[in-house]
Amino acid sequence: MSIAWYLAVSAIVFSLGALGVITRRNPLVMLLCLELMLNGANLALIAFSRMWGNGDGQILALVVMTVAACEVCIGLGMIVAIYRRRLPIDVDELRELQG
Amino acid sequence: MSSFLFFLAASGVIAGAVGVVVLRNPFYCVLALVAHLVSLAVLFLLLRAEFVAAVQVVVYAGAVMVLYVFVVAYVGGDADSIGERLHGAAGHRPVGSSLRLGGAVLAGALLIELLIALLGTGLEAINGYGAGYSPGPRTYGTPAYIGQLLLTRFLLVFEIASFLLLITAVGAVVLARRRRGLGDEDGREVLTPLDLLRPRETGTMAEGVGRLSQRDPAPRPSDGVLSAEEVTLEAGSRYPLA
Repeated sequence: MSIAWYLAVSAIVFSLGALGVITRRNPLVMLLCLELMLNGANLALIAFSRMWGNGDGQILALVVMTVAACEVCIGLGMIVAIYRRRLPIDVDELRELQG
Repeated sequence: MSSFLFFLAASGVIAGAVGVVVLRNPFYCVLALVAHLVSLAVLFLLLRAEFVAAVQVVVYAGAVMVLYVFVVAYVGGDADSIGERLHGAAGHRPVGSSLRLGGAVLAGALLIELLIALLGTGLEAINGYGAGYSPGPRTYGTPAYIGQLLLTRFLLVFEIASFLLLITAVGAVVLARRRRGLGDEDGREVLTPLDLLRPRETGTMAEGVGRLSQRDPAPRPSDGVLSAEEVTLEAGSRYPLA
């Protein structure tokens, strides 16, 4: 398959992730949709890496995976902390910082 | 064969992504994401990124998703309905379909923009099959190749990533620990330099006379039985033991 097909799939996955981040209100699912966006970016990176026959894109994809794991770790820690404080797990209700 | 595998994996990827966005139960969302990740690993294999595909399956679909499943099991699978119940109790309407429609329009615009940016650039190489590839032990995408790049050209990136992981581990422990020594949300106590030498709740004389622990009325998890006063205190909460 030509590289363009992979890029189309990556664009679709990224947009689906953005749609989920906008519409879902559960922070857990929002984190999952962030993962979707990062995966779309990863697919584009690896497709371009294959296009040039150069490994730099793969290294960048591995770094993106590391950052995604860190983000998941912190995000889930925050969700557990929110749950411990018995706040509603809903991004529309958590508006303390809005002022 | 290659194109058949591509369409199979791509439909799996997109179906998994749709499942994450659409499904109501967060647990099913996590399962859909696992399917998405495994299909994505197949796409990576088709792009000759063997090591990244293996990392994707082992680290992402293995470790990170187990973390998600644990948190979903801890917080509760029906976490989505909690917000709606609160909305209904407060007399508010749930978030209307206008926001959802706006989100769909925005995502559609984003998709079109991305497709124009990625495919409409007129790059000749995009329509090709990529650079030449010859199988071998140290060619493009193998662990030896990735490892050599990581330890020579991208050594600084590698070290920064490891440092980021360390910071994250410490941060996650600080965020999700049980707050017992320090005060809770209203009665936050001041940390003094003595606390570094002598941690809280280790049987000091100040705690013996109840000066430090009287602000912490939450029962210990080992107590098991709640007194009547504590039951009324905890009646509105979702789980009884802090």
